[in-house]
Amino acid sequence: MDSDTWRPKIERYLDAELSDEETRAMDEHLRECSSCAAEALRQLQLRRGIKQAGHRYAASPEFRRRIAAQIFSRQPVSRSWRWATVPVAALALVAITIFSLRSGRPASNRVLAELTDLHVATLAASTPVDVVSSDRHTVKPWFQGKVPFTFDLPELAGSPFTLVGGRLTYLDQEPGAHLIYDVGKHHISVFIFRDQPELAGGAVTPESSQLLNFHIESWNSQGLRYFAVGDASSESIQELAGMFKRLAKD
Amino acid sequence: MPLFDSMYNFAGWLSGSAQEAEDLVQETYLKALKGFSSFQPGTNFRAWIFRILRNTFLTSRTGLEALRTVPLEDDEAEAPAAVVILDTPESILLERAGQEAIQAALSALPVIFREVILLADVEEMTYQEIAETVSIPIGTVMSRLSRARRTMREVLQRAEEKHG
Repeated sequence: MDSDTWRPKIERYLDAELSDEETRAMDEHLRECSSCAAEALRQLQLRRGIKQAGHRYAASPEFRRRIAAQIFSRQPVSRSWRWATVPVAALALVAITIFSLRSGRPASNRVLAELTDLHVATLAASTPVDVVSSDRHTVKPWFQGKVPFTFDLPELAGSPFTLVGGRLTYLDQEPGAHLIYDVGKHHISVFIFRDQPELAGGAVTPESSQLLNFHIESWNSQGLRYFAVGDASSESIQELAGMFKRLAKD
Repeated sequence: MPLFDSMYNFAGWLSGSAQEAEDLVQETYLKALKGFSSFQPGTNFRAWIFRILRNTFLTSRTGLEALRTVPLEDDEAEAPAAVVILDTPESILLERAGQEAIQAALSALPVIFREVILLADVEEMTYQEIAETVSIPIGTVMSRLSRARRTMREVLQRAEEKHG
């Protein structure tokens, strides 16, 4: 088939809306047709630009707290919310239930399940990291003013790991740092949050250290809670975790 | 909170104002609770709550004004297959267009095109989810999306040529 047949399908191809068969055929066509490949690249670039620029509006911490308080608190903040407390809690519960049912995971692993979701969703995104750099001295300062804490990143020279970059993330409305490392062809996410009882509740147990075949390590250091998640071997994850842990001792 | 950040961002893009975005998000949560019985388990929760947000916006003063500026031509008439691919010089990389230029181009899109492009490219919704959110057929999602992206491209190219 020629380019005229394939071109109109490029958009749906990039939107992942073609059938499996058509997707495979398009993959093949793009390898052979430089003109369609260039067009696909241009469309992809536009999308990436829009995705980045599209994250424009962020709620103020105060508004976030206000809505969270209204939803989760038993003490309604204003009279207009009083009537809504019970159904609000019900909505939150149902939403969480739907989420748990959909993912089929026990609630006790909620934190770990959310982190594996964040890990997978981030890698699936067209721009997984907001700061792209293998230099820890570039990545760490990028988080200044974005997360309410600071942290150190290990020196990777002589290790099998490379730093891909980092992004801002949220867990239970708390901002945190999400770092992505590569080891071989595997990706490992390291999440850092201010430690809280709810997060400690997500501490890794022997049963949860392997969730959906992802290996997970979690530790606390200097008031911060760390999680390392990935499909690399548990030895690799432990090795990377060990490099972070040693920083605290130095 | 389910989808808080996404809803706030979408509300900001629809209304163009932080204050209105707050009002929209707050009202959406309230309406979602009030009408939760209308949510059918097993259907798409995200499309459902985004639909409430969008409908809340469209019935606000800003929303009504935004709808008034929508071009009257029949967007359903244009099939996605009829997309005209611009013959762009390879050297023009849209990615180079600054974030501000992209944001300005998005803001300038009529709301019915802006919403589909945001749902597709920022929220990464499927055509089916967008169709449910916006309450239009999938064919219309595809044609609006194509037109929205094509317009973005044209606007950004013009901006690039002007500054380049």
